[in-house]
Amino acid sequence: MHHPRQRPGKTVLLTFALAALTCVTMTSAQEPDFGDVGFEFPPEPPPQAADTPTEFDGVPLSIPGGATEALLFYLFGGTLLVSALGVCISRSVVRMATWLFFTLGAASVLYFLLGAAFLGAIQLIVYAGGTLILLVFGVMLTSKSPWVRYDCPRTEMAAAAGVAIVLFAGLLTLLTRTVWPGTAPMARGGTVAEFGKELLTTYLVPFEVASVLLLVVMIAAAYLARQDR
Amino acid sequence: MADIGLMHYLMLAAALFCCGIFVMMTKRNAIGILIGVELVLNSVNINFIAFDRYRLIHGLDGQIAALFVILLAAAEAAVAVAICMNLYKNLNTIDVDRGDALHG
Repeated sequence: MHHPRQRPGKTVLLTFALAALTCVTMTSAQEPDFGDVGFEFPPEPPPQAADTPTEFDGVPLSIPGGATEALLFYLFGGTLLVSALGVCISRSVVRMATWLFFTLGAASVLYFLLGAAFLGAIQLIVYAGGTLILLVFGVMLTSKSPWVRYDCPRTEMAAAAGVAIVLFAGLLTLLTRTVWPGTAPMARGGTVAEFGKELLTTYLVPFEVASVLLLVVMIAAAYLARQDR
Repeated sequence: MADIGLMHYLMLAAALFCCGIFVMMTKRNAIGILIGVELVLNSVNINFIAFDRYRLIHGLDGQIAALFVILLAAAEAAVAVAICMNLYKNLNTIDVDRGDALHG
């Protein structure tokens, strides 16, 4: 039943290509000057107008800062990393989906922490409640047993781990060498009203295109998954 | 504990991104690869929202971009699961290495 792997060369080639690309990125990261590429960071916004809401229904819109933020960040950032590593090392796809659930939940808490309360809720509803369930349905419809697994050879696993680590090192180098403008964080998160107003004025066209896309996807998925064709 | 800044979120997102890349490279199960894609998209979303919070992009632009990413991820997952079902119907497995009919 085991299918002989005919072309391990491709993964190795991809590995070297990615590693080389990352090394080039690392060595060429010379404290980028954003003025050169014609990009300017937006100016500091004016101080909050008097009529800007600071609380909604008695609930303050302010974002926790200082020690509270640090505690929550390390707690849920740690959860995020541990569960992402769990996805990496799980061999059964059902276990992967379970770890992914914790990853998505921790990410939604980070969204709340970053003042994007609406997106945090959307993340839980659409991602954890919709996309993830769809994936689990996919697992159930495409295997004879939920514990079926397709193993990856150890050499490819090691090569992939090497690529991921080199990529991470490259990204870290890039991040630490970039000079970020030290702008103060937003004092409060956006309200849903502001979000909706932005969506229906500045982003009206993408919004409508997205709704057409959802319709197309709905028809396409139903057509592709049809039993008798 | 030091104050949490933009860099903390960016580093966390970079780690999540690399986990996603690793999952995409090592899993042979088509649904597993899809899970890797979801990890990568989530790391991108964390970046967008962190840039928004630390005012590196204008207004709510980062949050709106993240909303569209979530929407596209849901659409992509729906179509990809339908394709996986077709793969399973034709090959009786969703090992992506077995779908090599177009391999020259």
